[in-house]
Amino acid sequence: MRTTEKIDGYDLSTSDTEEVHVLAVDDSLVDRKVIERLLRISSCKVTAVDSGRRALQYLGLDEEIQKKETNGFDGLKVDLIITDYCMPGMTGYELLKKVKESSAFREIPVVIMSSENVIARIDRCLEKGAEDFIVKPVKLSDVKRIIDYTTTELREGEQREGARARRRGINKRKQREGDDDLSSSPPSTLSSSTSSSPSSSIQSATAPLSPSTLDSPTRRLKMTSSE
Amino acid sequence: MELVQIQRRLVDYTKSLFMEGFLDAQFLQLQQLQDDSNPDFVFEVVSLFFEDSEKLLNELTIALDQPNVDFKKIDSHVHQLKGSSSSIGAQRVKNACIAFRNYCDVQNIEGCLTCLQQVKQECYLVKNKFETLFRLEQQIMASGGSVPTTELGF
Repeated sequence: MRTTEKIDGYDLSTSDTEEVHVLAVDDSLVDRKVIERLLRISSCKVTAVDSGRRALQYLGLDEEIQKKETNGFDGLKVDLIITDYCMPGMTGYELLKKVKESSAFREIPVVIMSSENVIARIDRCLEKGAEDFIVKPVKLSDVKRIIDYTTTELREGEQREGARARRRGINKRKQREGDDDLSSSPPSTLSSSTSSSPSSSIQSATAPLSPSTLDSPTRRLKMTSSE
Repeated sequence: MELVQIQRRLVDYTKSLFMEGFLDAQFLQLQQLQDDSNPDFVFEVVSLFFEDSEKLLNELTIALDQPNVDFKKIDSHVHQLKGSSSSIGAQRVKNACIAFRNYCDVQNIEGCLTCLQQVKQECYLVKNKFETLFRLEQQIMASGGSVPTTELGF
């Protein structure tokens, strides 16, 4: 998993960055322990929390706890969220909604876990932009599959960025705002119309650097170099 | 008893637990997650389960004893217990929880009380099974041997 790439002269030797960082959300202590182990054994960094509320706090999306606008939180950037569906307080579905409605975090894939194999529930989650839906109990093969395509997505995303930078070398932010809708479009057309909520346009107007541009260290490096 | 004999006993005992439905394939998943860096993983998860289940069973007992039974609350507790038992592969506990929820759905108190007893019984039984399992493993480790991996050939 540790490779060195050179793009535009930057040495992108990956130490922390190649490991997928997963935010796992489950109110059950037993399940949290199991999912944490499943993820660690699949070479991920894991942050496990016991509620949707805490997940939002970790991401910096909790309205009541003020965090900086940019992704300047102390923790690592989250590459994937995996959450239980049935939780007291905020359900996994509600957490999914909040993440997908946030311009800063809507690109993070969200996987839902549930013990109930209900088609209507699965459809609802997928329509809201969930990446995948796993029926509990979670198996190692489920986790490996998800981590595999998350890693591929991340790598491809970084390669796309590199290619664009080499080809154009223009102001990256302008490009990205145009490309964002295409590259991050959710599976169904239904959710692509709901994701462009008024709040996301307000956020990009006030933030000098649209937070979505900072979702990989590669991009961060390029941003500073172009300024 | 010789090491090889204890190891044989462990393998046979584990198999019997699967045959009798106490454990299902999810338990094998847990065993796969145990290795030299996490040698007590199964024991830790199973212990967590029993701590958790004890609390839930107490809550359920209290909830069913109320003059106005809150079936939503009961269903929520049983759902939790069903989930965690499923996660460790405790199949009979899980199945007892499923039956319990059915009685909850139709708000049948008698049915719920019977199911609570059954769930308690299944938890008690599987706890004893696990204790025997872990004891055999400890004996093997103490004799300097390694715990054989479970392979189900049936």
